[in-house]
Amino acid sequence: MEFLWDGLREAVKLWLSGDPEIIEITLRTLGISIVATSLSLAVGVPIGAALALKSFPGRRPVVALVNTGMGMPPVVVGLVVALILWRSGPLGALELIYTPSAMVLAQFLIAVPLVVGFSMASIQQINPRLLDQIVSLGASRPQFLWLIVREARLGLLAALMAGFGAVISEVGAALMVGGNIAGETRVLTTATALETSRGNFEVAIALGVVLLVLAYVVNLIFTGVQQQRRPA
Amino acid sequence: MSSNNAAPPDPPARDPLRGDGRARAAVEVRDLEVERGGRVVLRLPAFAAPRGQVTAVIGPNGSGKSTLLAALQLLIKPRRGVLSLDGAPMWDDPLGTRRRTASVFQEALLLSMSVRRNVETALGLHKVPRAERRARAMRWLRRLGVDGLAERHARELSGGEAQRVSLARAFALEPALLLLDEPFSALDAPTRTALIDDFAAIVHETGVTTVLVTHDREEALRLADLVALLIGGTLRQSGPPETVFSAPADPEVAAFVGVENVWPGALRAQARGVATYAVAGGDVDVVIDGAAAPAALVCVRPEQITLDLPDHAGPPTSARNRLPGRVAAIEPAGALVRLRLALADEGVMVATLTRPSLEALELEVGSPLVASFKASAAHAIPHQGAFG
Repeated sequence: MEFLWDGLREAVKLWLSGDPEIIEITLRTLGISIVATSLSLAVGVPIGAALALKSFPGRRPVVALVNTGMGMPPVVVGLVVALILWRSGPLGALELIYTPSAMVLAQFLIAVPLVVGFSMASIQQINPRLLDQIVSLGASRPQFLWLIVREARLGLLAALMAGFGAVISEVGAALMVGGNIAGETRVLTTATALETSRGNFEVAIALGVVLLVLAYVVNLIFTGVQQQRRPA
Repeated sequence: MSSNNAAPPDPPARDPLRGDGRARAAVEVRDLEVERGGRVVLRLPAFAAPRGQVTAVIGPNGSGKSTLLAALQLLIKPRRGVLSLDGAPMWDDPLGTRRRTASVFQEALLLSMSVRRNVETALGLHKVPRAERRARAMRWLRRLGVDGLAERHARELSGGEAQRVSLARAFALEPALLLLDEPFSALDAPTRTALIDDFAAIVHETGVTTVLVTHDREEALRLADLVALLIGGTLRQSGPPETVFSAPADPEVAAFVGVENVWPGALRAQARGVATYAVAGGDVDVVIDGAAAPAALVCVRPEQITLDLPDHAGPPTSARNRLPGRVAAIEPAGALVRLRLALADEGVMVATLTRPSLEALELEVGSPLVASFKASAAHAIPHQGAFG
């Protein structure tokens, strides 16, 4: 048990000293996660809305695909993205493998099904008669979609939290397509795994706690918005 | 008196385009066919809602009345036919048409925001300048008696309050056409009565053209200038409410509007606008419009019948029909009591009376009495073919 306490003491020292590497890794983690989550929202919410509001041939298999995607092991996504971006792969010429862009791509692919699934569910929960009412109030297409998104905002925040949570805590794909290169593609999860394997428990604990606190603070903000009784 | 004696099943509706001195109808429907689930559920060769009037569309479940409203709301695209508002085909500019109409549904459908913002948001959709929205919203909330709830969240309202907000939102849009889908039917009785009174006053005052779908006869009588009755996806009768409810065009209409006495009769005589039909139970005088049909269904609403004990009945007059009978059954019917009477020749009559009257007459099953009703309270539906 002693090494655990030593680890914690060292971790506190590392934070207090404002270790530049930890700060740099933390900022990179946040950056990649925010970009990947934003992209997944930009793509996932409209798809989720379309699946919720429209009926078209082939909708069912698409929904099944989304549901499968929501439970897809990130390593598989990592593998696929790695194969595609590999130097001799189809998009190898872009030279994206082992870059933050590759990590954003992989994490985007992990988050999209979650965002689609959650936003579809939350928009489907809107009373269909309310949709008729909005249309008959004279809403144009963009006005309609805006009011729908507004009505489903609690569910859409859940989609955001699920997407961000999946992306920031993900390690397998980040490692495979990012390569955990110090100063370039090292993020909190991959760094924690690395330091643990090296036996540097105090650093691993310090990184792990930063990750936890980060995830908690971000979710605290979202939850605050979500639980507001009367949003402005 | 009645202009609705055309032969069933499809009495020709009044042609809205004909220059008969009236203002051109605000809403006109021609050759409409609406499909749902691959089946034609509504077929209207012609239908019109006159400008500035309340047209109640009534009918049993599955009659197509809600489908007609959904078609007017442009929520369903008809398979064929033309819907027009003030002469312009509605589907030529769906968004523009929707912005000239306002809808209120059976349940109040409000957005999750404050009451005031619900109205303001609707005004915003119609591009009402931001500066005007608040005053206009508050004016209509006040008119519906819910200005005190303006800052409350829509979720925190009772059913009646929420429906008042829906109506305020609809009126605030100052529509050319108000479309209402059973807006009062989900409310409890006192809430409903109060809201109908307020609504009637506002509709009268604004003169907005209104199409109201309802299954409630009292509501139609209270609010409508014109009633259109649908059964099985076709228009069966239209006209002033009193006419539709007392002079049904065919037996199905009679059954729906609560004319419980429908007796097959054979013409015996006619003179000066009164026909005498022989029905089971005796001879009945009926006020007619034009020539009497040799065979007819004689209709009388139960509440048009007065009951007396045989020795108390007044002297017979030409304007009154008097049929002797016996009480066969006494059934409670809300505030009233419904009596089934056995007439001569196995004739059956249904009449309603108040509880105090029942007690005053000391009626019980088997009591003899005399049922009377005015010739003008009876209506004859021409009937082809033999009865049996």
